[in-house]
Amino acid sequence: MPKITYIEQSGNKKTIEVDKGLTVMEGAVQNNIPGIDADCGGGMACATCHVYVKEEWFNKLPKVEDGEQDMIDMAFEPKKNSRLSCQILVTEELDGLIVTTPLKQT
Amino acid sequence: MIKTDVVIVGAGPVGLFAVHQLGIKGLKSEVIDNLDKAGGQCIELYPDKPIYDIAGIPECTGEELTQNLLEQIKPFNTNFHFNERVQEIKSENNTWIVKTSKDKVFSSPNIIIAGGVGSFEPRKLSVKNAEKYEGKNIFYSVSNKEKFKDKKISIFGGGDSALDWTLELSKISNVTLIHRRDKFRGAPHTLNEIKKLEKDGKVSIKTQYQLSSIEGDNSIKSINIKDDKGKEIAIETDYILSFFGLIMKLGPITDWGLNMDNKTIKVNTENFETNKKGIFAIGDICTYPGKLKLILSGFHEGALASVECFKRARPNEKYRFEFTTSSKDIQARLGVKTK
Repeated sequence: MPKITYIEQSGNKKTIEVDKGLTVMEGAVQNNIPGIDADCGGGMACATCHVYVKEEWFNKLPKVEDGEQDMIDMAFEPKKNSRLSCQILVTEELDGLIVTTPLKQT
Repeated sequence: MIKTDVVIVGAGPVGLFAVHQLGIKGLKSEVIDNLDKAGGQCIELYPDKPIYDIAGIPECTGEELTQNLLEQIKPFNTNFHFNERVQEIKSENNTWIVKTSKDKVFSSPNIIIAGGVGSFEPRKLSVKNAEKYEGKNIFYSVSNKEKFKDKKISIFGGGDSALDWTLELSKISNVTLIHRRDKFRGAPHTLNEIKKLEKDGKVSIKTQYQLSSIEGDNSIKSINIKDDKGKEIAIETDYILSFFGLIMKLGPITDWGLNMDNKTIKVNTENFETNKKGIFAIGDICTYPGKLKLILSGFHEGALASVECFKRARPNEKYRFEFTTSSKDIQARLGVKTK
């Protein structure tokens, strides 16, 4: 199973195995990873599952679609490497993915 | 004090359909919502996005679904209390007393919480002294535009609210529109008009910038905005308008002594009652083994909750299950003309 690492702003780090086919958001919510709220439940409608993706991984992910970019506009402190974790589908290729959660989601 | 059979908290699709399920059983309900209109997440988060999993409706938008539900509950002449949030509840002789943020008081044997993920509030600016100026120099909505006449306004956001107010206020004030990327999601024709104004020197547009700090004492004097590379520029500013959409906050519900699981309320699946007698939770806000956050699940949950509400509101009457196709009582309540 692909391993995903979630890092909080405090530096707290948690690596968990996430089933292929789940999203990075679902992996976090099902494993009680703090810092990802996912209020809308994965509908790309709230921007509270916002994460920063480590540079080397960011470019390996499928391109950010307009709808996601529109929501990232509203996220807390968006950066160039911002993604909504509900839009990142876990695959074998993403084994080792590292994401950082923002200071807060709202 | 308003007496009713059921107080419904939340006017989203699930709250609206609960009105219907209660209404056909002859129960009156009063609906309270923090937004200024019905529809909840459907109207606020995705009014134009098609929904494909409402039974019997192959495709409809959030707005259409809301309109249809409102049409469906028209016969019950339900009172809606918008722009109000339920602040506190207390129990008095088997009855719930519900108080709102506008000090309206309701008395009812039943409360149905159909609050989704919480009430909507504007997403606030995160720089550290933003709170100090909120309501004074920083606004998240516009109630009186005359306040901004001949002033320097910095508007943040890339959606329709930001674009519409840039265009509108540019007629009476000095506007700078600031957005974090060069693509806007607001209506293209509005953006084109703003770009024309920019050419004529009537509006200033700064893209790929975000707010980094606010300078001022009692009131704001200027703001600093920063791009991705850390380059900072200062903009003289009297007022900031910020349009970063809405967030959902659970609010006082967490203080009501209900059995919570994270941000959801535990219910039993027989009647969707919480650990408090007469308080029910349906839709996204409730949780139980196997719960799915789907509108269609919320409809079912409301139907079952309405039965228990009936028993509590009409303790001396026997509940009878009836079909809308055959029940003369239901048809009368719906205003159906029978032959």
